Amino acid sequence: MACGTATRGRPPRRPRGEGFTLYKTLRKEAFRSVVEAILAGSEGVEPRRVGTDRHGKPIHQFLPVERFEDIDFSYDTTEFSAKTYFLPFRERLSTYRFSDGDWEQETRYRAEPRALIGLHSCDIHALLKLDKVFARDWYPSPYYLSRRRNTFILGIDHDPCEGAFCRSLGTDTVTHGFDLFLTDIGESYFAAVGSDRGLSLIDRFGARPITDEDSHRYVAERKRIAALMQNDLNLNNLPNLLDIEFKSPIWEKWGAKCLSCGTCAMVCPTCYCHGVYERISMDFQEGAKIRQLHACTLVDFAVVAGGHNFRPTPESRLKYRYYHQHRGFVEQHEEPKCVGCNRCGRACLAGIAPVDVIRELQEEVAP
Amino acid sequence: MKNLLLPYEVTKEAEMAEPLDFNRRSRLMNTHRVFKAEISSITQLTEKEKLFHIRILDPAERQRFTFLPGQFVMVEVPGYGEVPISIAGSASNRGFIELCIRRAGMVTSVLHRAKAGARVGLRGPFGTSFPVAMMKDHHVLLIAGGLGLAPLRSAILHVTENRSDFRNVHILYGTKSPDQLLFDYQYEQWRRVDGVNLSIIVEEGGDGWTGEVGLVTRLLDRIPIEPDRTYAIVCGPPVMFKFVCNKLGELGIPMRRMFVSLERRMHCGMGKCCRCNIGSTFTCKDGPVFDYWTAINLKEAI
Repeated sequence: MACGTATRGRPPRRPRGEGFTLYKTLRKEAFRSVVEAILAGSEGVEPRRVGTDRHGKPIHQFLPVERFEDIDFSYDTTEFSAKTYFLPFRERLSTYRFSDGDWEQETRYRAEPRALIGLHSCDIHALLKLDKVFARDWYPSPYYLSRRRNTFILGIDHDPCEGAFCRSLGTDTVTHGFDLFLTDIGESYFAAVGSDRGLSLIDRFGARPITDEDSHRYVAERKRIAALMQNDLNLNNLPNLLDIEFKSPIWEKWGAKCLSCGTCAMVCPTCYCHGVYERISMDFQEGAKIRQLHACTLVDFAVVAGGHNFRPTPESRLKYRYYHQHRGFVEQHEEPKCVGCNRCGRACLAGIAPVDVIRELQEEVAP
Repeated sequence: MKNLLLPYEVTKEAEMAEPLDFNRRSRLMNTHRVFKAEISSITQLTEKEKLFHIRILDPAERQRFTFLPGQFVMVEVPGYGEVPISIAGSASNRGFIELCIRRAGMVTSVLHRAKAGARVGLRGPFGTSFPVAMMKDHHVLLIAGGLGLAPLRSAILHVTENRSDFRNVHILYGTKSPDQLLFDYQYEQWRRVDGVNLSIIVEEGGDGWTGEVGLVTRLLDRIPIEPDRTYAIVCGPPVMFKFVCNKLGELGIPMRRMFVSLERRMHCGMGKCCRCNIGSTFTCKDGPVFDYWTAINLKEAI
């Protein structure tokens, strides 16, 4: 699962264990022991119910958990994604210590082991996309790599969430990028094992090789889940469409609604755009170089020295966000940056939902 | 379970099979470590622009630091911030790096207040370069407007130092007014290089100006151009690209032989922060030097 790094002249090494996934079954009674074993060995982050929204629906977040009872595996989706455990909102890149007109730089990227339990397939796909940027492209980020490699990921299958369009983006199933991925097949879990540490963990709790019956049940469960998917968009034409519709009035309409608050990028599991700035301590002894997540919908995102703003209107910034998600990232990495979780649509204060924007774009050119 | 999550050390030693080589876009693990450098000398060019000579302190790092004309570095003033600056010096100079910096924002203002001897951080070089290898045995048009002479100067120095590699060389430079002309003390030196033609033009002459008045495109009219054997490099404000490159197009130079250098506010230089992203292209990684065909197809670039 952990990520390879780009090497000059030859293709990036494949992330460890990515090429082969092993399948086993795990008795349901053993699941609790597995989770407790993980929690005993490291910090655990799991979906937790934190409140109720105005419609009476539960709100969940990925938060550190110490006891098995506090985890809510039946969650639909979380308000924020799990990206914060890989790309924190604010992170110190280096520290400068000043003395006598000179300075020394100190850089640290060591991460403590952590386990993320209960991730859905879309969030694992989001990590795979972030891997492409921060681990497998030029200049792999040690800050990201360190966190990614030190994070144990246990994913779970689930019934589709309301409003999500993951199936349209192929993120409703996942084949790698995790240590363990569990699907409920009745009396036991069908476990996809993505790493050696995942294998040694479930083997300790009596995992068994799969039988034909297990496979049939797994396929039936996958079919049942697939049939529940509500949104099915055809996104194949989207990169092209975004080019053709670059001057479409649709953007004016949605741009007029956009509040430029940046919420969409903050809750997005893949939005990684950031800024780097520096701070000096109150006693002038120390300076810090800090990376902070930014959002392309915020007004100052494309401001350059001298004050010129390359994207001065909400419309141009909102368009840029879609353009990066569904056109720019495709050009760079052969897949859209979006995983279809609809967190941005759910969180948007102005009611801008990606499904609506994309549908309208497609209708604009339809005969 | 004990030992399930053994700490996984991500270290330079463990990750790197190759030596540190920032220059060729290889995998440097310690991506935010800077070269410690000293401002060895400062030259006031105009009211707003200064030329900084910067020397990397560690001799081994200084030796290893090489760049190609057109690339940029990230200059960091610890505690204030980091800015992308094009290298204005010659690539053959291993002693110091020349940076021409306009006072425009917070970090550049601090740099303008700095005195010789101040220590700054350097990362890089980053980005694409002018196609000096492809330009061999061709006529060369080097066209700059305003501050565009800063990145173009690395190409000018390359061409003048390797004069035998190129056919006719024309340098065209235009600014708003005479007091904004950069590197005016070097024009004579460039003119004296055998077969190098330098023309200067300003938009508003004013008193005491005896040279030409008008836009830089005017200078193109009187230059004999052999379109199928010519490369052009254009540096300046985006509005200038359109006029100059259209004119060059009319003269018959193909778009893939015109190169422009774009400017955005990079925050990382490594294709990560997306601040310099134009549509789907990173100015830091895929640029800043683009051929004109690519540049006009970038959304909102020019």
